[in-house]
Amino acid sequence: MAETFTQPQVTPELVEKHGLNPEEYERIKEILGREPNYTELGIFSVMWSEHCSYKNSIALLKTLPREGEMLLTGTGEENAGAVDIGDGLAVVFKIESHNHPSAIEPYQGAATGVGGILRDIFTMGARPIASLNSLRFGSPDNPRVRYLVDGVVRGIGDYGNSFGVPTVAGEVFFDDSYTANPLINAMAVGIAKHDRLATATAKGEGNPIMMVGSKTGRDGIHGATFASEEISEESEEKRPSVQIGDPFTEKLLLEATLEIIEKDLIIGIQDMGAAGLTCSSSEMAARGKAGVEIHIDRVPVRESGMTPYEILLSESQERMLVCVRKGKENEVRAIFDKWDLDSTIVGRVTSDGMMTVRLNGEIVSRIPAESLVLGGGVPVYRRDTKRPANLDELMNIDLRDYPLERDWNDTLLRMLASPNLCHKGWVFEQYDSMVRTNTAVGPGSDAAVLRLRKTNKALAMATDCNARYCYLNPRLGAQSAIAEAARNIVCSGGKPLAITNCLNFGNPYKPEIYYGFAESVAGMGEACRALDTPVTGGNVSFYNEDPQRAVFPTPVIGMIGLIENLKHITTQWFKDEGDVIFLLGETKEELGASEYLCTIHDHTGGPVPHLDLEVEKKLQETLLVAIRRGLVKSAHDVSDGGLAVALAEGCISNRQLPIGASVQLDSSVRVDCLLFGESQSRVIVTTSAQDADQLSELFSDSSITCKRLGTVGGESLRINELIDLPLTRLIDAYYNAMSQLMDRVE
Amino acid sequence: MKFGVVTFPGSNCDYDAYAAVRHVLGEEVEFLWHRSSDLLGVEVVILPGGFSYGDYLRAGAIARFSPLMEEVVRFAHSGGVVIGICNGFQVLTEVGLLPGALIRNRHLRFSCRYVHLRVERNDTCFTSACEKGEVMKMPIAHGEGNYYNFDGDISRLEDAGQVVFRYVDRDGNATQEANPNGSIRNIAGIVNAEGNVLGMMPHPERAVEEILGSVDGLKVFESIRSALLTPNLAGRH
Repeated sequence: MAETFTQPQVTPELVEKHGLNPEEYERIKEILGREPNYTELGIFSVMWSEHCSYKNSIALLKTLPREGEMLLTGTGEENAGAVDIGDGLAVVFKIESHNHPSAIEPYQGAATGVGGILRDIFTMGARPIASLNSLRFGSPDNPRVRYLVDGVVRGIGDYGNSFGVPTVAGEVFFDDSYTANPLINAMAVGIAKHDRLATATAKGEGNPIMMVGSKTGRDGIHGATFASEEISEESEEKRPSVQIGDPFTEKLLLEATLEIIEKDLIIGIQDMGAAGLTCSSSEMAARGKAGVEIHIDRVPVRESGMTPYEILLSESQERMLVCVRKGKENEVRAIFDKWDLDSTIVGRVTSDGMMTVRLNGEIVSRIPAESLVLGGGVPVYRRDTKRPANLDELMNIDLRDYPLERDWNDTLLRMLASPNLCHKGWVFEQYDSMVRTNTAVGPGSDAAVLRLRKTNKALAMATDCNARYCYLNPRLGAQSAIAEAARNIVCSGGKPLAITNCLNFGNPYKPEIYYGFAESVAGMGEACRALDTPVTGGNVSFYNEDPQRAVFPTPVIGMIGLIENLKHITTQWFKDEGDVIFLLGETKEELGASEYLCTIHDHTGGPVPHLDLEVEKKLQETLLVAIRRGLVKSAHDVSDGGLAVALAEGCISNRQLPIGASVQLDSSVRVDCLLFGESQSRVIVTTSAQDADQLSELFSDSSITCKRLGTVGGESLRINELIDLPLTRLIDAYYNAMSQLMDRVE
Repeated sequence: MKFGVVTFPGSNCDYDAYAAVRHVLGEEVEFLWHRSSDLLGVEVVILPGGFSYGDYLRAGAIARFSPLMEEVVRFAHSGGVVIGICNGFQVLTEVGLLPGALIRNRHLRFSCRYVHLRVERNDTCFTSACEKGEVMKMPIAHGEGNYYNFDGDISRLEDAGQVVFRYVDRDGNATQEANPNGSIRNIAGIVNAEGNVLGMMPHPERAVEEILGSVDGLKVFESIRSALLTPNLAGRH
């Protein structure tokens, strides 16, 4: 630590380098009533960066439904959202992106993404019970993409496995739009007692402020600012902006944190994620309508000569800022000592509303805390929108241009072996999905299911987003993402409760990009209202683009559902010989935006399948009634790849016990639409022969079509005269594709 | 009957082992803190899975130096029953209570999935509730579970009947495909010469309830319980 610190001169070039535009700089001068010094410029730069400030998104995010009697926290107001699930328990969950770091350093980028979201959960006083992730990459034919996939999967695995949280669900999607900009969205779910929910607040003049966990190093300086730019040639040079993860320390930090919260020793606590000490101290103070004074020379550092600027902006991992109850300092310290972790008082709460930083007593920075945070002094923008000119052309397809295949057996096998549809065991078997022994349904069904100990309940959880839909029709695509997530929850026996979202887009200053963002948010709001699943919080990631192109608009939805009785847990695979197969919902002549068009005809286009939210809601409600009445032995959402793929999955997705099926589809739609079209609001369910009539009756009372397709049994999948394939061939195509894609030697 | 579950910093299956013993088996159980030198009078020591001390050097390499491990070694040498699961197995080989080493999986990736195990002996205090030759279903979750030992030592191990569990297919055949990590001779679990210390990579504590996918692991805990009730099986105390 430098004894004194001479602040470099603030020049217009330096301001620009910090990503602040001239108006923003003027505003800073107004707030301070003077020119900022170098340290203050750094602080404003990170806090007003897109990543921390949400300046280009918050106006629209506020239009999302954020009300619900079960919500225990205000949307976005705490480290993560909390929802009441009865029995005095709350489920705490959030999804967050770590796209930019993972694009240049996949292993550490992904690992620290997992670490960051886990800290958001346990700073709430919740023990993490599950981790999910939603991943998007370019084509696996590209060796650089394979390097990214390999590193990201190892990073997620190594961090979660060591920390001891089961990674239970997620998605992996490949498309060229993600070649330079992979999307790494990590979600975590935890359980807390209502009366032990912690808050990210600092208040009470004189309460000590403590830094706990790892020491502070130079890693990750300006990570937040870096995440607020496009990826470019120079991005590689920003590799030092990527933090290094240490899951072992995080595991210790978890135990110590839960212990100080359980013993009620603290006022508040916040993770030091993006913008490190700066963000945590100013946000905590602003929430408590207080000030905070930090003695930067007291911060434990891991290298010498660090300037206040570096210490304030470091994003070293596995650190927390704690506002301790005065008089409890020694108890807190004893707990961290027990877990071999540092805990150091670095400052105190003040009443002046200022975030003041001192070096050996001398003030090096003094800024109103409120001016740095969302909802306070941060600028708020609503950008211009413009519908991309090529959308009409993309949406307009003539099915006659796509001749029917000759051999549908071969087509189905190609579909099952395609990167987006094939079994992702290669990925998720690298994750410990069972640690903590609550996983009732792990990866590979519509949603993961975790039982809640000491209750007879379980939680269902899933992430979803069909980004191809969002590209072609962002409003409908976002609606579909929510509808599908909810359908997955219901198919697993749960009632959808609430969502968290991770909104991944390109540069918001480009009107075509902002159009996709605005439309997605609008669609999301409509669907959340219709399905009664409020938004508890989440994350926005802009600038996912390189000079060639932006990623597809990708609003990823993480949804939680409550399974009221363990008996209602339902999986997607067919169970027993003689069970009856039903299709719920209508199959329309829809082929646009499908995986089929993309995989078989190499075309991304056409109209996105129609979605009627009222129908969707009715379908889900009736299905849940059927499940609760014990009529359903398996339920599987029909989504990417359509009916044929869903039926094949029903047959083989329980790898230990595959079972055949024989079905007759009667429909007037084209065969390709029939087999592979992606009409929405459809589910395949099976029931025992004796319950079959009861199930059809239940649905005939609703407005939802329920068609008997055939029966479960045998050693092959038969669909009309179109498909007849032995299970062994389905299994071979479906299960081996991913390792053939990834483990190839060139 | 009192079980003890060791908690090293970085252990993460300690609670799972605790829950299996306490809530499923229905026996008393205590956590044993790594810095302590007191085994609290337990009759069985479980070294659980996880990443003790982060496992950054080599799995189990640091844990062997903890104060509690000195006591565990003494306990084992006096005939106390010790079971090491996953990371616990790695610790047992590092500390020298079991021969051989667990090296990185053949495919160099972490692997979590259900496997099948064949019970090679049911006359140990860990398998008396099983049939000889029985095929059990249990999960594995490890990156370094590839059992390795020198040829001569492997032969001695086999001759002495110290191999207790082997990876097999559903029908009980120890095939190459059924071997998830490259272990020599599909070895999944071994005991020491005296028979009171078991190390196994699969997780019996994760297979103790139907809702988790298998109850086969419970037999390991039941075997330990009956062994302790029948002292000649459990060895000396």
